[in-house]
Amino acid sequence: MGSYFDGSQSGPFAGNPRMSGLGRGPAGGSAPGFLGLQSSSFTDFLASHSPGLLPGGSVPGPVGDPAAPGQALRDLPHATTIVAAVAQAGVVLAGDRRATAGNMIAKRDVEKVFRSDEFSGLGYAGTGSVGIEFVRLFQVELEHYEKMEGRSLSLEGKANRLAWMVRGNLGAAMQGLVVVPLFVGYDEDTGKGRIFSYDVAGGPYEEHRFYSIGSGSLFARGALKKLYVDDMPIRDAELACVQALYDAADDDSATGGPDLTRRIFPVIATITADGFMRLPDAESEQISEEVVRERMTRPDGPSAPLRIG
Amino acid sequence: MPFYVSPAQVMRDKAEYARQGIARGRSCVTLQYAGGILMVAPNPSSALHKISEIYDRIAFAAVGRYNEYENLRKAGVTYADITGYQFDRHDVTARGIANWYAQTLGTIFTDQLKPFEVEIVVAEVGITPADDQIYRITFDGSVTDEPGFVAFGGQADQVSAALKERYADGMSLSEAFAAALAALSTPGNGGERTEYTAAQLEVAILDRARDHRTFRRIRGARLEELLREARSATEPPAATSGADPTGPSSPSGPAGPGAPSSPPGPSGPASPGSPPDSGPPTGPAPGGSDRGGGLGGGTRPNPL
Repeated sequence: MGSYFDGSQSGPFAGNPRMSGLGRGPAGGSAPGFLGLQSSSFTDFLASHSPGLLPGGSVPGPVGDPAAPGQALRDLPHATTIVAAVAQAGVVLAGDRRATAGNMIAKRDVEKVFRSDEFSGLGYAGTGSVGIEFVRLFQVELEHYEKMEGRSLSLEGKANRLAWMVRGNLGAAMQGLVVVPLFVGYDEDTGKGRIFSYDVAGGPYEEHRFYSIGSGSLFARGALKKLYVDDMPIRDAELACVQALYDAADDDSATGGPDLTRRIFPVIATITADGFMRLPDAESEQISEEVVRERMTRPDGPSAPLRIG
Repeated sequence: MPFYVSPAQVMRDKAEYARQGIARGRSCVTLQYAGGILMVAPNPSSALHKISEIYDRIAFAAVGRYNEYENLRKAGVTYADITGYQFDRHDVTARGIANWYAQTLGTIFTDQLKPFEVEIVVAEVGITPADDQIYRITFDGSVTDEPGFVAFGGQADQVSAALKERYADGMSLSEAFAAALAALSTPGNGGERTEYTAAQLEVAILDRARDHRTFRRIRGARLEELLREARSATEPPAATSGADPTGPSSPSGPAGPGAPSSPPGPSGPASPGSPPDSGPPTGPAPGGSDRGGGLGGGTRPNPL
């Protein structure tokens, strides 16, 4: 009877601390395990709890030449052009609506501009399915931190966090599942909008004034270079972004222009001191129609002055 | 020194230990109102929260030891976030989280030498008031579904009795807040009757009308405004309870001035009876002190 208490046997109530709610549950990762595994980073938690749920987490092993991904991967829907421009009161983020699979149009009304939290948003270019997972994970990541710590991450903190997540996808990117985000946010400390870009290995690279990513980004950036004015009002920045998307669609087959017959227009979001706002469809339609109307007379769009001053 | 302690005795001792720890603090209340769910807790700290957000429509309130319930809160957030990420945001329910807490607290209570000295409420705001859910989970893992309102921690019985008198379906936010404040201010909760200031209260709501994340803290100017509304509404009862020690005859005195000012206030929903009638019962103070006298002597350790 005394053996329970002289230490030779574990008593009826001794329990194993690892198995009694503080460690992983008996089923390995079952509910009680959460008590021992918490982290303010949801991605870190996911990596230790169920790594299979990470974006691109279950990519099959290398198939043939990594430089030439298989036909199956190439034929996955890809999202294309995203543009962003800093404006007087914040920042504007806009994206076209086309997804392509090889030389086919996979989807005409895809959305690739998202709210990530109250004062930030992101768009992505690359493999659609991985991009969607990415955006969801990043949204949960920011919200999780906010709930765990009782405060939001700083804008730089969010941008760095996204960089690690992009970096985590490098293995999958090497096999063809490339996703590159464009992250924008309103910096509450300085009261300015900021833009961060990434490459497949991470980043972030802070961009000034304006930036674009995706297949039509060269044309969009060229257009923005001529149209952008420092400290432009939000409304003008929105218009400049739509002009840039139109120019991208003009020269890049993978970027979709405003679809007047189906009433599908670019997604435009603004982030200001009031927070993230996705423009209602009616407003996006109005801006797009203005652009298209002007192009009826000048197909190449507005021209910039040849000489400065 | 005895070598053998019966399991029944061990459980009793643990339960007693946990109950005493929880009863040392102050009560916290959670109640439904027309626009959502209101949570109020006396808490002088603005950084160490007793009430927090778990998920889009779910909130968490706890009393007891901070380090223990903070740990549980974080685990609950993690549970909710991974469930929502794995499936869909709609698939995270208060019932699931309450079950998880029950399981965890039950295991800890049985397996560990020291039980958690916490009591938790998990509330979910629905699309309509009928869909609202409030669960209370105690230190030993028992769960109860509390329709409408719940007071927990501290002298929960007295606060709960006071809240029950004032609670009505479909109250406005200011009415619900006045009811919560009055219940928390009963003399049983933390000794003397307390007049809370905005800095001593932690208030949060789950706002039915909002999309996505419905949890909002109420503080600063908004809280001051609610406090003012609650004060002006409960002025007459406050007077009666102030005069309470002098005897039961005093309520009839303030009942005069109380009658004209009570109709604009929330006394309607609180006690739909006639104003002169409402005088004595509103003194949940008398009711409360009665109770306190009755139970305080020998029986308090038992019910709590």
